[in-house]
Amino acid sequence: MNRMLAIIERDMRRFMRSPTLIVVSMFLPIVQLVVLGYAFGGKIKELRVGIVDQDRGIPTVKLREMFGAIAANARTFTTVDYTDLTKANTDLREGRINGVLTIPPDFSRRYLAQERPQVALIEDNTDNFAVGALEGTFSDVVGAFNQRGLSPRVPSGVTLSVVELYPYVPYIQYLLSGTIVLAIYISAMIGGGIIYIDDKARGLHEGYLLTPISKSELILGFNLSGSIKATLSGLVLTTLGSIIAGIPNPLDPIRLAKLFLLIVITSVALISMMFLLMVRVSDPLVPRSIFGVLNTLLYFPSGAVYPINGFPKWMRVMSRFDPFTYAVHAFKSLLLKNTPLVAIAGDLTYLALFGLLSMLLATWLFQRTL
Amino acid sequence: MSAIEVLEIRKCFGSFCAVDRLSFNVERGEIFGLLGPNGAGKSTLIRMLTTLILPTSGGARINSFDVVRSAAEVRRSIGVIPQALTSDLELSARENMNIFAKLYSVPRERRRRVVKELLEAVELGQWADKPVKNFSGGMRRRLEIARGLVHEPNIFFLDEPTTGLDPASRIGVWEMLKKLKQGRDLTILLTTHYMDEADKLCDRIAIVDHGKLVALDSPLKLKASIPGNDILEISFSRVPEGWYETLKSLPEVQSVKAEDHVYRIGSNNGPKTTVALMEATQRAEVEITSLSVQSTTLDDVFMHYTGRQLRDALQEARYDFGFMPPRR
Repeated sequence: MNRMLAIIERDMRRFMRSPTLIVVSMFLPIVQLVVLGYAFGGKIKELRVGIVDQDRGIPTVKLREMFGAIAANARTFTTVDYTDLTKANTDLREGRINGVLTIPPDFSRRYLAQERPQVALIEDNTDNFAVGALEGTFSDVVGAFNQRGLSPRVPSGVTLSVVELYPYVPYIQYLLSGTIVLAIYISAMIGGGIIYIDDKARGLHEGYLLTPISKSELILGFNLSGSIKATLSGLVLTTLGSIIAGIPNPLDPIRLAKLFLLIVITSVALISMMFLLMVRVSDPLVPRSIFGVLNTLLYFPSGAVYPINGFPKWMRVMSRFDPFTYAVHAFKSLLLKNTPLVAIAGDLTYLALFGLLSMLLATWLFQRTL
Repeated sequence: MSAIEVLEIRKCFGSFCAVDRLSFNVERGEIFGLLGPNGAGKSTLIRMLTTLILPTSGGARINSFDVVRSAAEVRRSIGVIPQALTSDLELSARENMNIFAKLYSVPRERRRRVVKELLEAVELGQWADKPVKNFSGGMRRRLEIARGLVHEPNIFFLDEPTTGLDPASRIGVWEMLKKLKQGRDLTILLTTHYMDEADKLCDRIAIVDHGKLVALDSPLKLKASIPGNDILEISFSRVPEGWYETLKSLPEVQSVKAEDHVYRIGSNNGPKTTVALMEATQRAEVEITSLSVQSTTLDDVFMHYTGRQLRDALQEARYDFGFMPPRR
């Protein structure tokens, strides 16, 4: 027990004297959260739409006024008038505008005669996000344009009322759970991977192997010290990240206690996984070369940045075994919904079993001799 | 009973045997040196004796404990300084010592006392709380020596303790080891490829080459065991016919070897042989172009037993890289 504590003491003293390490493992994920959260989560604005009005009738004026209102208020797009459709299409192809709305010459006549009046949106579909925003806004405008006169007091058709259980979740909040898991992973990667192998290459482990410390004390010591560092990293990111992302009641003590338990279990699981991967490695280049790939294989299939239901089948199989999936799901439940622990019991069980199994395998594979 | 008993120990990596059936004993209180070039098998041997690698066959007993069957007991009773400097640079000297004392389960009170005593003994008392990253190579090596003794073992292994140190630091380490040994019932086994280190420090020396033991005795006896206590290195302007026989017949000459026009004459009495040599060259009208007289060194001993000089073997090993098992 004392020997295991000596390993932990040594590691923690070294950690506390390496400010660079603290910054890398704790604050880089925060930078990522802010940059990615705002890069992907914002509403699309200031698109440029060319309008080619070949009709110029009264209904057209009304339609153009409605587009003008969007441009002035929501600012999803601004309009540019064209007289020549060919010129508008050239500008669209050359990226000067994002879409072209054409109003055909017989639009007003067809509208008044109720003969399937049509307007066309020509779009640059190489940018799905811009196209999605334009199509959504234009459909709303056209839908509003179709409502003639006043709405009836009692609607006769079916309407859908949407009830939201939780307050609006901006993308940065959606991303927070994955970022916390990523911070824990980075800490595990540095402590359990890079530093572990570097120490091995420098001969520090040879010093340990010459002492009477047992195999299990050594592995447990490495695991616990790594887990403490990863837990610290997770706690800092959970607290600061929640404040930055605007999670309601970020310092609620009951939720923080539940999050602490989740952070500890996730840290142990990821550190144990890292030791299992590194237990027979001695070349310092190996961890550096595999961590990028490992990050991609664990982070993206976990549902951290996009829902798992949108993945192809093979990727969903990957997600099922990926410890990140369970950690991300549990963090989302606690951060976005503040659920009781029972709601994440399955996630906690998987992570705990994964950590235990990894640690047992790592201990079995660890060699007490050189 | 001997402190270290090595019996027919062997370590092979595939078809290559780094240590080939070595046997020797180290008595209690001795400083025992393993002398040989890089790649001779010294480090592999020390790693087997300190339980870091398992022997292929044969065995060894340290403090009566078998290195394979009672590895934990062996580790508890020995102190080891590996070849690489392994102190934590971010920690202070005292912290490094304390961590290792805890790894050996040294009780708190004893730990405080021993750490203080050892740091004073290796003259690092005033640097005890400074980070090791600010230490020179010699200071780091002294710290590691102190660290290896923190649990007060009675057998101490040092794998090339002065490699990479400047001459002054090397002498400092030798004095340190002698001082540490004086106050303790300490048996020391060290490996080195420095002949002067083995000569000045060791009570007995085992010369190892290509994994085999080629000679074992005290430095004095080893030097006395080769023909000629003094070596004359001499070259001539010309070599008359029968000159080799002439040199061999000079008084007190034990051996004559010619090497690239330089004659190495082993003599039991250097000055007497030199005077006779002068007379012989005058008679034969041969001019001496260079002459040096030196006492027998361990390099001569190494050359006598292996057929090559240690410094040449070191040079070969540098190109050969030697064979060391990979670190885990």
